[in-house]
Amino acid sequence: MTLSVLAGPPPNAGAESYAAHVARLGPAPAGTRALIDTIDRSNLRGKGGAGFPAAIKWRSVASQRTGDPVVLANGAEGEPLSRKDRTLMEQRPHLVIDGALLAAGAVGAREIVLYVGADHVGAIRAMQRATSERPAAEREMLRLVSAPVRYVSGEETAAVHFVNAGIALPASIPPRPYERGVDGRPTLVQNVETLAHAALIARSGDAWFRSLGAGGASGTTLISVGGAVPQTILIEAPQGTTITDAVNAAGGLTGAADAVLLGGYFGSWVPASTAWGLVIDADGLRAQGYSLGCGVIAVLPAGRCGVVETARILAYLAHESARQCGPCTFGLRAIAAAAGRVASLTATDGDLDHIKRWCGLLAGRGACRHPDGAAGLLGSALRVFADEFELHDRHHRCSVAAAHSVAS
Amino acid sequence: MSGRFAIAIDRIKCDGHGVCADLLPEMIELDDWGYPIIQPGAIPPSVLPHARRAVSGCPTLALRLQALATKR
Repeated sequence: MTLSVLAGPPPNAGAESYAAHVARLGPAPAGTRALIDTIDRSNLRGKGGAGFPAAIKWRSVASQRTGDPVVLANGAEGEPLSRKDRTLMEQRPHLVIDGALLAAGAVGAREIVLYVGADHVGAIRAMQRATSERPAAEREMLRLVSAPVRYVSGEETAAVHFVNAGIALPASIPPRPYERGVDGRPTLVQNVETLAHAALIARSGDAWFRSLGAGGASGTTLISVGGAVPQTILIEAPQGTTITDAVNAAGGLTGAADAVLLGGYFGSWVPASTAWGLVIDADGLRAQGYSLGCGVIAVLPAGRCGVVETARILAYLAHESARQCGPCTFGLRAIAAAAGRVASLTATDGDLDHIKRWCGLLAGRGACRHPDGAAGLLGSALRVFADEFELHDRHHRCSVAAAHSVAS
Repeated sequence: MSGRFAIAIDRIKCDGHGVCADLLPEMIELDDWGYPIIQPGAIPPSVLPHARRAVSGCPTLALRLQALATKR
């Protein structure tokens, strides 16, 4: 198993201290503009979900002329199936802080906001303690902000909005945070895992990072594996390996499985037969219409109904809508209600037809990508569980009857 | 001033009054909840006056004309 950001003391050792961190890895080099080129050559992608190349983001912040830039380390992990960011902060807080300081040096920032989900209690404690262990000059650059517990808190405009005004709701773009973010200044919003990888790339170089991947892919990535595996577990997988490799690293399947949810609640359902061979690589997955999102693989056990699971996720996403934009507020709510009826075998006339039509009316119609994420998930469910949706809707029957005795 | 424009919308400002669909039916229809579905791309020159009226007639000023990069 190739470990990179999770290398070092075992998971049960708790947060690595500053002394241990420096003894293991040596001090971080200074963050300079040249680091952006190194990051570029490493092909490091954002690990928050969108998979955007980190170097492009850093460069666009560095090239702004509208004030001193700010770095916002995004550790507000709203995705219910993901554990990677909080776990990383709990175990390797100094790697995250190194990455944030390096990014600050590279883009010319003197201020860093560590934005951590309020419910990630262990992560907050670890980041607080880690900050206090740092030299004064670094400590003065760091500000810890606890993010409200809701799905959209980690969306980048919502994060900036909360730091500025105490409101963790997405804002209309433009301006994007790299143009005008915290205090109206150019702001680099970067996921904490991305920063941790950057801290190692700065030390060991882009060639080293690329060599971690298999088959031409670059680096490693953290993945929360759950569902039909012995336990929900965080693994670090080399890019270029397969979903099967990741599931095996998580202890292997506990039984038969028909489908896999890739990428979490904003991701997509994939038939198991297709999923096992998929290669963990941002570009390759995107070319096939998939994404690992913020690193989630959830295996649907045989005996659980994909329609029920999808309806449950849609209900959650509708509830978590920021309710600022009409199509998301009303459209997603209507979809979730209809999907709930279909799932519970109480579909009324036209429910499924409505769902299919409404699904096409979400994408691109919100200030943020919340409706797009929901539409992507629903669209994949309508394809992968097509027969099951028809059976539920037309005949009020489920081929996985057991699922309905436990669904609530 | 004869550049090419598209309709841009601030989804947070939009309250679904539906005035835009009345003033610019050539490019805007309403979804099941009364929120605009806007045809993407350049506004045809013949429709531009309607588009301008829709922009200034929106009760929440959620619409604007967005200049498109000129193609030579």
